[in-house]
Amino acid sequence: MLKVLKLAARNLARYWRRTLLTSGLIILGVVAVLLFIAVSGSFKSLIVGQITDSVLGHLQVHRRGYVASIDNLPLNLNMKPAAVSQVEQALEGIEAVAAWSPRLKFGAMFSNFVETTSIRLNGVLPEREAAAMPMLAARLVQGSAANGLVERGKVLIPEILARGMKIKVGDTVVLVATNLDGSVNGKTFVVQGVLGDVTGPGGRDGYVHLEDARELLRMTEAEVSEIAVRLKALEDLEAAKGRVAAALQKGLEAHGWDQLSPFANIARMIDLLDLFIRVMLVGIVLIAVMNVMIMAVYERIREIGMISAIGTPPRRILALFLAEGALLGVAGTAIGVALSLALVYALNVWPVHFTFGRQLELELAPSLAAADAAAISAVVVVMAILASLQPAWKAARMDPITALRHV
Amino acid sequence: MNVVVARDLSKTYQNGAVAVPAVREVSFAIGGGSLAAFVGPSGSGKSTLLNMVGCLDHPSAGSLAVLGTDVASLERRAAADFRGANLGFIFQDFNLIPVLSAAENIEYPLLMVQNRPAGERRARVVELLEAVGMADQADKRPDQLSGGQKQRVAVARALATRAKLVLADEPTANLDHDTAYRIIALMKKMRDESGTTFVFSTHDPKIVNEAEVVFMLEDGRLVSSADRHA
Repeated sequence: MLKVLKLAARNLARYWRRTLLTSGLIILGVVAVLLFIAVSGSFKSLIVGQITDSVLGHLQVHRRGYVASIDNLPLNLNMKPAAVSQVEQALEGIEAVAAWSPRLKFGAMFSNFVETTSIRLNGVLPEREAAAMPMLAARLVQGSAANGLVERGKVLIPEILARGMKIKVGDTVVLVATNLDGSVNGKTFVVQGVLGDVTGPGGRDGYVHLEDARELLRMTEAEVSEIAVRLKALEDLEAAKGRVAAALQKGLEAHGWDQLSPFANIARMIDLLDLFIRVMLVGIVLIAVMNVMIMAVYERIREIGMISAIGTPPRRILALFLAEGALLGVAGTAIGVALSLALVYALNVWPVHFTFGRQLELELAPSLAAADAAAISAVVVVMAILASLQPAWKAARMDPITALRHV
Repeated sequence: MNVVVARDLSKTYQNGAVAVPAVREVSFAIGGGSLAAFVGPSGSGKSTLLNMVGCLDHPSAGSLAVLGTDVASLERRAAADFRGANLGFIFQDFNLIPVLSAAENIEYPLLMVQNRPAGERRARVVELLEAVGMADQADKRPDQLSGGQKQRVAVARALATRAKLVLADEPTANLDHDTAYRIIALMKKMRDESGTTFVFSTHDPKIVNEAEVVFMLEDGRLVSSADRHA
C-alpha cells in the first residue's frame, strides 16, 4: 500500500498547480465548515448558557396550563404547597438534577413616586435561586447580590427600567400588585441592584424575596408558579425531563428550556445552516476531486495502457487512482484542520464582540471539538475516495490496446 | 523449443456492419532465444499480431500458444497475470512513467506487478542499468534523457521481471538510424546474456536485416519468412 501511496503522491506532484488548486478548494471548504461550527457553537452555547444559567434553568415544572398563559402570569394556576412538596421530593430522587428554585411570578405596577410602569417579578428564595441560576448574580450591573441574591425588603430591577426611570441603587420604589382575590396591595422596596438584560422570556424580570412576594400578594398558602431546575449537564436534558415528567403527579408538567425560549428556534436554524454548509463541503470535495481525477485519467491514458500492458493488475491501477484522490482529501483535510485550529486560537486571542438583542459586547470564545474535526476529516476523505471511484474504475477497466493508441 | 506457435491465426475487427480483417490465417513458430521481426508496411497486421502474442488482444480464429500456454482464450485478469509473469514490452514511444527516475522505471514491474522484495529489486535494477549502459543516468527522469537513453531504460524495464519473451512494437521508429542500430544491438546482447526471446515489428528494411528470423506480412497475410540461423 505504501508503494501505491508513494507513486500516487508523485503523480499529484506532477500536476502540482492543479493539485494545489484542488487542495486549496478542499482546505477552504474544511476551514469554512470548522470555523462555522466553532463560531456558531460558541454563539449557541453562550446564549443558551445565559438563558439557562441566569433566567430559565434547564427545565421548569408548572401546573398544567400555566405555560400556555405565561404571558399573563396567572396567579390562579400556581402550584399548591402539597404539589410543590411532591415535586421537590421527586427532584431529590433524580441523580441528574443539581439544584432547583421555587419561584412566585407575578406582574406589578412599579413607581418611583414620579413615574409608574409595569414590571414582571419573580419572588425567589435567594440561596436556592443563586444555586439554580449561577449566572444570575453576574448579571448585576449595579449593586450587589447580598443575602445570596436579594435581601428582604429589597428588589433587583432590570436595567432597561432603571435607565428609563433614572433609578439608582438605594432608591425607594413602590410595587403595587393585584392579588388573587382581585384586591390591590402595595409595598415599598429599596433597589438593591440593577440586572443586565438577557434576550428571551424572563430576561427583563425583577427579583424580590419570596416572602416579600407572598406578603405583597397577601398569599396565605406557600404557593409557587414554577420550579426552575438546574441539571448537572445540559446534555442530559431530554432524559432528565422524561424522568421528572414521569415522577410528577397528575396536573403538573415539565418543560425544557427549548420549549420556553424562542432562541431554541434560532439554535435549530443554526443547526440547519450547519447541515447545509456540511452538504456544501461534500459537494465541493466531490466536484473538485472528481474533476481533477477525471483529468488525471484522461491525461494519462497512454501511461495507463502501458502499466496495464506490462501486467499491472487492474485492482492495483484502481488503488493507484483511489490513493491519489484519498491523498488529496487527506492533505486538504490536514491543512484545513490545522488552519482552522490556528484561526480558532486567533479568535480566542483577539476575541470578536457582538450585540445580540439588547445584549451588548458579547464575546465569542469559539472552540473546536475533536469529534467535529474528526467527523469532518472522515467525511472529506471518504468523499474524496468516492469522487475518485468512477475515474479510477475507468482507468482499471481500460483496454490496454485502445489506451496505448490514444493520442 | 518454440516460445510462440500460431496456427491459422486470424483477427477481424468489426467496424459497424463491416468486417475488417487485420490478420488472415497466419501460421508461424518462433524458437526460444530468437531475435525475430514482423515486417511489413503500415496496415499489414504487424501490431495486431504482436498484440495477440502479447495477450493484449484475442484472435478471432485459429490457435495461439505462448510459452506453452494457450493464450487465445485467456480472460482479462488471467491475461494480465500471464503478461506480468512472462512477458516484457517495449513501445515505440518508450512510455516511461514521467514521475519516476530511470532506475524507478526499471523497478516498476518488480514493485507493482510482481511484488518483489526491496533487496532483490535494488540488485536487479543495478544489474540492468549496467547491462544497458545507463548506470550513470539512474536518477534522471525521462524528460532528462535522450530518445535512445529512454529506449535503453525501456529495454531494461522489459527485462526486469526476467521475461522469457519481450515484444517490441516499432521500437526504433522514433530513433535516428545510429541509435536504432544500437538499440537492436542492445536487444541482441541482452538476448545473448539472458536467453530471452525478442520479437519486434518494424517497417524499416535496414533494421530488418538485424533480425535473425523475419516474417513478412502484407494485408494481414504472412507472405514469406526467413530464418537466418539456418
